[in-house]
Formats: sequence, C-alpha cells, structure tokens
Amino acid sequence: MLEIGTIGILPIIWFILVAVLWIGYLVLEGFDYGVAMLLPFLGKNEKERRVIVNTLGPVWDGNEVWLLTAGGAMFAAFPAWYATLFSGLYLPLFLVLVGLIIRGVAFEYRSKRPDTRWRNVFDWLAAVGSFLVPLVFGVGFANFIIGLPVKPVAGNELLLALDPAPYFWQLFSPFGLLGGIVVVVLFLFHGSIYLTLKTRGEVQDRARKFATLIGLVAIVGGAAFLVWQNLAFAPQGIGSLGVIIGWVLLLVAAVGLVVAWVTVRGGRSGIAFIGTSVTTLAVAAGVFLKMFPGLGFIDSAASATPGGNAGVNIVNAASTDGTLTIMLVAALILVPIVLLYTGWAYWVNRRPLSVDNIPDDPAPVLAS
Amino acid sequence: MTAVDFAELLARWQFGVTTVYHFFFVPVTIALSLLVAVLQTLWVRSGNERYLRLTKFFGKLFLINFAMGVVTGIVQEFQFGMNWSEYSRFVGDIFGAPLALEALIAFFLESVFLGLWIFGWDRLPKKVHLATIWLGAVGTLISSIFILVANAWMQNPVGATYNPVTGRAEMTDLLAVLTNPVALITWPHVIFGSFMVAGGLILGVSAWCLAKVNKEADGVELSAQAAKDVDAHRFAVKLGAWVLLAAAVGTIVTGDIQGKILVQTQPMKMAAAEGLYTTEASAGFAVIAFPNAEGTGNAFELTIPGVLSFLATGSFDGKVEGINDLQAAYAAGQIEPNTELARAAAEHTAKYGVTNFVPDVVASFWSFRFMMLFGCIAILIAIGALVKNRNGGTFKAGKLLTVIAFAAPLLPLFASSFGWIVTEMGRQPWIVNGVLPTAAASSPMVSAFEVGTTLVLYTLIYGAGAVVEVGLFLKTVKAGLPIVEEPKVLENDDDPLSFAY
Repeated sequence: MLEIGTIGILPIIWFILVAVLWIGYLVLEGFDYGVAMLLPFLGKNEKERRVIVNTLGPVWDGNEVWLLTAGGAMFAAFPAWYATLFSGLYLPLFLVLVGLIIRGVAFEYRSKRPDTRWRNVFDWLAAVGSFLVPLVFGVGFANFIIGLPVKPVAGNELLLALDPAPYFWQLFSPFGLLGGIVVVVLFLFHGSIYLTLKTRGEVQDRARKFATLIGLVAIVGGAAFLVWQNLAFAPQGIGSLGVIIGWVLLLVAAVGLVVAWVTVRGGRSGIAFIGTSVTTLAVAAGVFLKMFPGLGFIDSAASATPGGNAGVNIVNAASTDGTLTIMLVAALILVPIVLLYTGWAYWVNRRPLSVDNIPDDPAPVLAS
Repeated sequence: MTAVDFAELLARWQFGVTTVYHFFFVPVTIALSLLVAVLQTLWVRSGNERYLRLTKFFGKLFLINFAMGVVTGIVQEFQFGMNWSEYSRFVGDIFGAPLALEALIAFFLESVFLGLWIFGWDRLPKKVHLATIWLGAVGTLISSIFILVANAWMQNPVGATYNPVTGRAEMTDLLAVLTNPVALITWPHVIFGSFMVAGGLILGVSAWCLAKVNKEADGVELSAQAAKDVDAHRFAVKLGAWVLLAAAVGTIVTGDIQGKILVQTQPMKMAAAEGLYTTEASAGFAVIAFPNAEGTGNAFELTIPGVLSFLATGSFDGKVEGINDLQAAYAAGQIEPNTELARAAAEHTAKYGVTNFVPDVVASFWSFRFMMLFGCIAILIAIGALVKNRNGGTFKAGKLLTVIAFAAPLLPLFASSFGWIVTEMGRQPWIVNGVLPTAAASSPMVSAFEVGTTLVLYTLIYGAGAVVEVGLFLKTVKAGLPIVEEPKVLENDDDPLSFAY
C-alpha cells in the first residue's frame, strides 16, 4: 500500500483539482442533462419545448467544457490514469461520446428548421443523449468506488490495463447499476429544479410537480446508494478520518436533497437549486475520497500478493513536478477568470422564460 | 498480421477518419468567426444595415458549422486515451499540458462568449455584444495555438528528455515546447489556410446568391430589396476574394519556410513528399512521379531541375537527402534528432521490430501535390471573381457558377486536409518523430473488434451529421440575406426575444 506520508503535495493538489473540475462539470451539466431528458415530456407544445431549450441554449456548451477540462487535466497531471482508464472503459466511453454528439447537435440544429418532424427527432436525440451520459458516468463512478481491477500489459510492465475478465461483468453489478440510476434520477431532480428557476407559466408548474415527485425517488435511491457505499466500500486512503468524512458527506448529500425537496415545493427554487448542487458536490466528493490514492483501481493479483501495490496510484501516475507546477500556476490564474465570466454569462441570461418570450418561427422558406 | 497489429491499424484509420472530418469544421470556425466579428464591427462603426445583414447571414452559417466542430472535437480529446493508451502514458507529461490549457483558456472562452453572442443581441448593449464575438473568435485562435504546439511536438520533440526509470518522455523546458520552430511556422500556415477557406466560403456563397438574385429579376429592373441584396453580396464577394488572396500569399510564404524547417527536422517526410529517393546536390522538383514496384526509385517522373533544392535550402545546388539514403542511416541506428529521446527510439524500434522508416511515399507525394494544386485553383477563382465583380459584370446562374461556388471554399478546405495527411502520414512509422514508433503507441488491450465497431459507428454518425449539416447550410444559403431590425435591449420581462432557438 502507498503510505500517505510519502505522497508529494503536488499530486495531492492535482488530485483535488481534477475532482474540482469533475464536480464543476457534474453540478453544471448535471442540470442540463436533466432538463434535456425532460424536454419531450414537459413541453406539451412547440413553444413550450422552445422555452425549455432556450433555458439551456446560451449555457450548455460552456457547461460541457468542464468535462473537457477535467479530461485534459487528467491527461496532463496523471497520464497513466488517463491512459488506463480511458482505454479500459472503451465501450462505455464510446457511449458517452455518442450521447454528447447527438445531444450537442440536437440543441444547435433543432431550431434551424420549422417542421415538426425535424424538431421531434432532435428533441428525442437530446433526451436520449442526455440520459445516456449520466447513466454511463453513474455506473462508472460506482465502479470506481468498488475498484476496477488492473494488471500490467504483457510485454509492457509500465502500462496498466483493466483486467477484462472480472471488470466487464462488474460494470453491471447491482451496485454499479444502482449508481447509474441514482445519477440519472439526481440530475432529473436537479434539472427540474433548474426549470422552475428559469421558466414561468405552465412549464414551470409542470416542472415543479415533477420535481416534487422525482425528489422523493432521489431521496430514497440516493440514501440507499450512499449507505451501501459507506457500509460496503468505506474509503481507506486516509484512515479512519476518511471513514468519518464519508459519513459526513452522506449527511450533507441527504440534507441537500431534503432541503431541495421541501423548498422546491414551497416555490423557493433558488434554495432548492443550491440543495441539489450541494448534493451533487457531496456525492462526487465521496467518490473521489474513495479513489484516493489508488485512483479507483485495485490490483487484480492482489490476492496473490497480499499488500501488493495497486499499480496505478496518484504518485506513479503523476506527471513530473515541473509539469504539475506550471499547470498549477495556470489553473490558479485561469479558473477564477473562467468562473467570473461564466457567472456573468449566467447573469446576462438570468431572466426566466415563458411562452410569451418566444418569438414566432420565421415563415418557412418555400422550396425553390 | 497479429490481432494487436490489426487493432492498431484500425485505430489509425479511426484517428484518420475522425480527425480529417473534425478538421472540415476547424478552418471555418477559426477564420469565419473572425470575419463575422469584422463584419459586425463594420456595422457598429458605420450603422450601415448591409453589414448587419451580412453579420447575421454568415454568423448563422458559422454557427451551423461550429456545432459540428464542437461535438466532433470531444471525440478527439478522448481518443488519445481510448485508442492510444501507451502514447498517452508516454507523452502525457508534455503533450497533456497544451491540451489542458487549450480547454482551460480557449474552449471556455469560445463556448461562453459565443453563447452570449448568439443570445445576446437583445440582452447586451451594442458594443458589449460586439466584444463577445471578438472574444469567442480569439478563443478559436488560442485553441489553434495550443493544439498546434502539441502536434508540433510530435513532429519535432523539443524541450523534453527520456526518463528510463518511468519509461516515458518528460518535459524539461516549457518555453522550448511553446517556441518549437515547427509550431511557430505551422500556426500561421494553418491560420492563413483557414482564411483561404473562409474567404472562399464568403466568395462562393455570395457569388451564388448574386446569380440567384439576378436570375429571379429575370432581366427586369431589380426591386429595392433585391438591389440591397446585390449591394451586400457584391461587397461580400470582394471581401471574400481579397481575404482568400491575401491569405494565399501568407500560406505560400509560410509554407515555403515550413518546407525549409521540415528538411532540418523531418528529412524523411520531405523526401517522401517530394518522391526523392536518392540524395542529390541539385535536386529537381517532381511535378509527377510514380514509384517502381520495389519502392526503391521512381518508375516515371517529370521534374524541373534544381527547384527542389532551391525550395528546400534556398540554393539551386543545395543538398537534399533522399529516401534510400535516409532509410540506410536510420536502419544503422543514426536516428535524428539525436537527443536523449533517441534512447527511447532505440529501445522501441528493437522491441517492436521497426526496420522500415519510409512512410507511404505515394500518399505523401500526391497529398502534397493536391494541396498545392487545390490552393492554386482557389487563387484563380478569387482573381476571376474580382475581375468579374469589378467590371460590373453579373454572375450568371448555371452549372459553371454552381461548381465555382462550391469549389471556392472546398478546394482550400481539401487542401488543408491534404496538408494534414502529408504531415501525419509522412511522419510514419513514428507517432513522435524519432522517439516513439506508432506500433508501440496503441492501446494493447483494446481489441480489433472494439476499434472496428466504433470506427463503423463513428463513420455512420459522422456521415449522417454531414448530411444534416450540409443540408442546413445550403438551406440557409438559399434563404439568402435575412431582413433585419435594429437590435435593442429588452426592458420588459414579457417582451418576446428578438432571437431564440
């Protein structure tokens, strides 16, 4: 086992930074997955659907950049982590990419033609894509909690790969599947609260009704998942302190959900949105706590060599101190700037929309 | 061929297909965003409605293109880890940094400010709104700097060393990586090339629209609205043509310098791109060449004496190294660049049995020639359009005009594709030139089935995407210049937005 005292400060900071970027992605794009999944269901007519799409229009792409930045940061700061994880979860990540492609195209292209069939197709592409991505990530994160078995590649001891035999079926273990469902439900709750915050009129009413319903599911499912996680897969990386933090995070996540459920019913959507954001943060923080310092991998030969090193960890996967230092300086300067102008973009687009705000479609162009 | 080799071959195809496709959208994103910013600036400064209409028209075309570039770009970032895990592990200390910085600096800037630009017409004051398109456009430029720094390192690995303990390349000098001579010359070459594409696009679209307006008028005097359209499109044809021509000059000058740097950093790629098999003191430029069956020389070639030496070295009797001599040198272990990193090369070539250091000569040679040829035809089109436009001539609708309208953007675009094909295929068998062979770089545990399946699915999804994208693009062009109203900032919460998805 990797002794915590032997870990340098830079890999620890970068591990936390990677976690922060993932949390930024999950909190921000989490709601736009939820909103897009609800698009075909909460929008009863074309104008209502346009209301829903336009709550995301100006912001979804910026939200997605958090994922790209998190991926880039893993590549730069922990190349071996990026290499083993991305090649190991090949097909799941392909599903994520397909989901991201179809939903991105859907947001940008649905409005570009007035005809109903065209728009229905893109509404469903947006919904299916936005369902696929959090489902796969949920299953993935649950498996980081369980631990993905890795072993060195034959002929290249430095490169670790997932041990395909045990891992593939492990993806579909009950805990893994529950993880996927819980993340989808959490984002449905998060997204419907965002809609109550950003819309007016009937769409808002429907979103609120849905939120109070899905909120209950989120509370029950989330509680089951988190209790299971803490009982069966308690974090070991930082000793008993980690176990305590794990339970504290569970409590925070639960409080966030309950507060969100109570306040969204009472019409205080702002507080509700903070509630689900805090929950998302706490759940993700719990996953990363569990992944310290082994990055969510376990040695598939651990039983053969008791106490054997997990192969990839935050020390041997890390880039050189030089690279980590340069990147840290860049991140410390740039992340606050990004937060500042992203915040401004949200403020500019702060106004809640109703069908009255949606202009009529331009007259359809006659085919020439 | 072993199963691992086959998986690697498919991974190379996947990279080729997804990257060439992604780069169909890149030049337009970079250069058209800046030209739209210029058009909007002209409108803000002059108040002339003509520029506002052009801004909205080409802005919409830009956004249709941008969406596809965004979604296909995500695949690029994931692909390194998915298909090329040993590459990622080996180079991450150097290559990962520009990628992360690209996301942190450029992608956020692009996405947030373009989002503000699209939806900000009636939410932001005029000048603030103008700033958003400029910031978005600058984001695309910054993005290109970082990704080209990363790519240049694969062509000419500087500022790094090989650490035998960790078994990977590690950064020693960030400044050297950022000021890699290959990056410094490739960046302007790519940017000028992108402006040729965007210039060609504006030229082609507006010339086609002009012909359409004229055809609809059918000899009768133009209506007031049609006359306005003609005025705007005439301006756009002129703008597009001049941008294309100016960018062509830049492309040629930077391409020439790039060639001279290439001779220093990657002589084998240069030799393959020129079909030069034996080292010559006064090498001729082959206009056409076909290699013999053994791949040891040209079975047929048509050369202009001394010109290659001049292009490569600046002197008509400068020595240019040939494929056979370079192969002999590499096979003898004299691998350039001769740095610490060469140790990695020696280890890997021995381990993976890499003995042939010659890239695909036919692909390199002809890609290089198609690049130049397509660029030159685009220049002729721009000159022709300027001449036609100046003499008050009308653009007549018809097959010829349609072909030219498509060719104006597509020729420089395909020239860019061919440029990249030479750059990447000409580097083989290396993934990092003279350091890491491509054979060593792929994900060893990812099966040919997985790569093959995803390759087929990407191709289908991208193909469907292309149909939708081109369809929307043409529909928007046919709809012509939009009728615009002076944008004003909305005060009342119930007012309809002037623009929404």
